[in-house]
Amino acid sequence: MANDPIHQFQIKDLAGPVNIGGYDISFTNSALFMGIAVASITAFLWYASRKQALVPDRTQSVGELWYGMIHSMVKNVLHEEGMKFFPLVFSLFSFVLVANMLGMFPYFFTVTSHVVVTAALAVFVVGLVVVVGIWKHGLGWFKLFVPSGVPIVILPFISLIEIISFLSRPISLGLRLFGNMLAGHIVLKVFSGFVVSLVALGIGGIVGAIAPLAMAVALTALEFLVAFLQAFVFAILTCVYLNDALHTHH
Amino acid sequence: MDAEAAKLIGAGIACIGMGGAGIGVGHIFGNYLAGALRNPAAAGAQFTNALIGAALAEGLGIFSLVVALLLLFVA
Repeated sequence: MANDPIHQFQIKDLAGPVNIGGYDISFTNSALFMGIAVASITAFLWYASRKQALVPDRTQSVGELWYGMIHSMVKNVLHEEGMKFFPLVFSLFSFVLVANMLGMFPYFFTVTSHVVVTAALAVFVVGLVVVVGIWKHGLGWFKLFVPSGVPIVILPFISLIEIISFLSRPISLGLRLFGNMLAGHIVLKVFSGFVVSLVALGIGGIVGAIAPLAMAVALTALEFLVAFLQAFVFAILTCVYLNDALHTHH
Repeated sequence: MDAEAAKLIGAGIACIGMGGAGIGVGHIFGNYLAGALRNPAAAGAQFTNALIGAALAEGLGIFSLVVALLLLFVA
């Protein structure tokens, strides 16, 4: 079906099925675009930093802007002691940003529109928070769930709420990115589908197709904004969550 | 009622929740703008916080969208 909005998210085998121990590990279009994302990040940053001139050229200033934005964000949220997490946050941001942006090209596959990819990233981040928290504070890290200065009567309820809110973090972190990319691409496809169906009706339909075409163009611009914003939000929330691992009292 | 029809109605009802997320995100950025116009010097430092708030509010709306998509394509 030409106008099926879900068709674009189909995972296809590219090199034939590969099964090891009952697990399907075939090379799919998702794996291909993850590879393209990583390769283009590496190639661009290597190319941008090849000269390291005092007065940067255009490519180098884009690379410096990219690096500097995440650097100042990590520094603001995690301060000096958290700078050892900068490579992780920068890698996460770059991967999500480039995967989102690659998805904006027609006929390209959007890696981040699959919940398995975003949930894996989110579970890794929250798992890292637990590991780093216990590594740094020992069992004292669990004071995170017992805020100070709360009356003893309502403390069990507050702790319960804190635990539930902590456990919902990997779900919300993963679903936010997934939902935004999925919904955005479905909306784009639906409005493009209006244009195609209206134009097929003849001359009256072509006039009527102007409005959905303009809407599709405007939504494309919005989707570029969302692609950047969701990558940045993913990086910010990673920093905010890692801050919980470094400082238990809040 | 036909089960398929009930599923479609349920998906539509689930999407009402996204309106709440829209109100929340609008509220956050509206208040951010109001504060930023009163004290433009402090606005830049708080933009990150505005984005965090908007992301948290939007995430809850995305949950209702996911429920709608589950009803349509999975359940």
